[in-house]
Amino acid sequence: MIEFIDIFANSFNLIFSLNTDLLEIIFLSLKISFFSLFFSCMFSLPLGALLAVTKFTGRKLLIIFFNSMMGLPPVFVGLVLYIILSISGPLGYLELLYTPTAMIIAQFCLITPIIVSLTRQILEQMSEEYDELLISLNAKAKDRISTILWDSRYSLLTCVLAGLGRSLSEVGAIIIVGGNIAHATRVMTTTIALETSRGNLEIAVSLGFILIFISITINMLAYILQELAEKYSYD
Amino acid sequence: MIKNIFKPFHNNLNLFLPIKVKELSLQINNNFFFDKLSFSIDNNLISSFIGPNGAGKTSCIKLLTGLIKPQSGEIIFSKKKNYPTLIGYVPQKIILLRRSVEENLSHALSLSNYPVKKRKKRIKEILKFSKLNNLANMSARNLSIGQQQLLSIMRSLINRPNFLFLDEPCANLDLQTTIVIENILKKVSKSGVKIIIVTHDLFQAKRLADEILFFYNGKILEQTKSNIFFNKPKSKEAKRFQKGILI
Repeated sequence: MIEFIDIFANSFNLIFSLNTDLLEIIFLSLKISFFSLFFSCMFSLPLGALLAVTKFTGRKLLIIFFNSMMGLPPVFVGLVLYIILSISGPLGYLELLYTPTAMIIAQFCLITPIIVSLTRQILEQMSEEYDELLISLNAKAKDRISTILWDSRYSLLTCVLAGLGRSLSEVGAIIIVGGNIAHATRVMTTTIALETSRGNLEIAVSLGFILIFISITINMLAYILQELAEKYSYD
Repeated sequence: MIKNIFKPFHNNLNLFLPIKVKELSLQINNNFFFDKLSFSIDNNLISSFIGPNGAGKTSCIKLLTGLIKPQSGEIIFSKKKNYPTLIGYVPQKIILLRRSVEENLSHALSLSNYPVKKRKKRIKEILKFSKLNNLANMSARNLSIGQQQLLSIMRSLINRPNFLFLDEPCANLDLQTTIVIENILKKVSKSGVKIIIVTHDLFQAKRLADEILFFYNGKILEQTKSNIFFNKPKSKEAKRFQKGILI
């Protein structure tokens, strides 16, 4: 029991000592998560909207595909990307393996199906409601998409948060394509896995607390934003 | 009072008339709902589609506005085929964007490519006419039902259409608001906008319409002047409908 308390006490000491290695890991984690989220949103929000608003051949197959990919095993994504990005792989010449870029690509692959599917669900409901009006106003497909995206922007925040949550907590794929290299590709989750296996529980626990703190802070900010939005929105 | 507030962009309505519907077929659940429906509307007054539930009034107006596509047949609005035809549509269920009153109007203008420089002035005059100017920054969805319907009608007219199609615009409104909207529609009609209104309300049809198209079972049984229809209906279905007997 005393050892258990010691681990927690030491981990808090580590957090408040503002250890530079720890800060580097935290900033890299946030950087990778936010970049992957940003690129995924650029791709997923319009694609989700397109699937919600338009009818085209293969649409249902795409919906089934993205729904299925929501539960994609991260280690498998990591493995496939490893094969593609390794020196003998088709994109090996880009020399991306064991770089933060490879980790961003892996997280992009994991969070995109989540954001696409959730966006489609939200926008499909909105589209059903707005369709008659927008068609009668001669809105082209791009205008219909932009209108429903704008009018459901607060609901879409939930999709974006789900994506962020997934990318912050991801470990399986990024450990394979990132290699967990110190001062290069080491992030919070991979460090927790490594330090736990080494028996350095203080570092693992302190990073765990920081991860939870970041997650709560982001969700709290999103909640406040949503509250404010509801107050000032035109719903 | 602002003059010519509803005057269409392309002022000569006769260029777009008659509306010719030729052998229109619409299939619903593998059954033909409209089987080679043909009719023509050649007056610039108010026409009303009336008939019992499920007769095809709403489907017909959705076909005219392009909201649903027929299996076959064609609808011709203009003698000069490539002449742009502006259509305003007020759906049965009020649909307002999750935006302010003013933004609901401005969005309709931007979608219709209304000249950018004239947009502010246009919104101002429409808000003033509809007495919604004090509510311009309010959420459109927080208006009363009557105000919401008024906004919906104003939005459909803001880009100065040649045609205005309304599907049961006064279905959930009290008599006072109904009269306000009917008076607006009369003004709109006088401005040179062709109005086609779907209604269940025979009294409203009597008050508003110059021409009646009586729908029954996917067919138009009568198309005649309003006074003739209400005084001497030809079909037994129309007689029974006017007497309020289930048909």
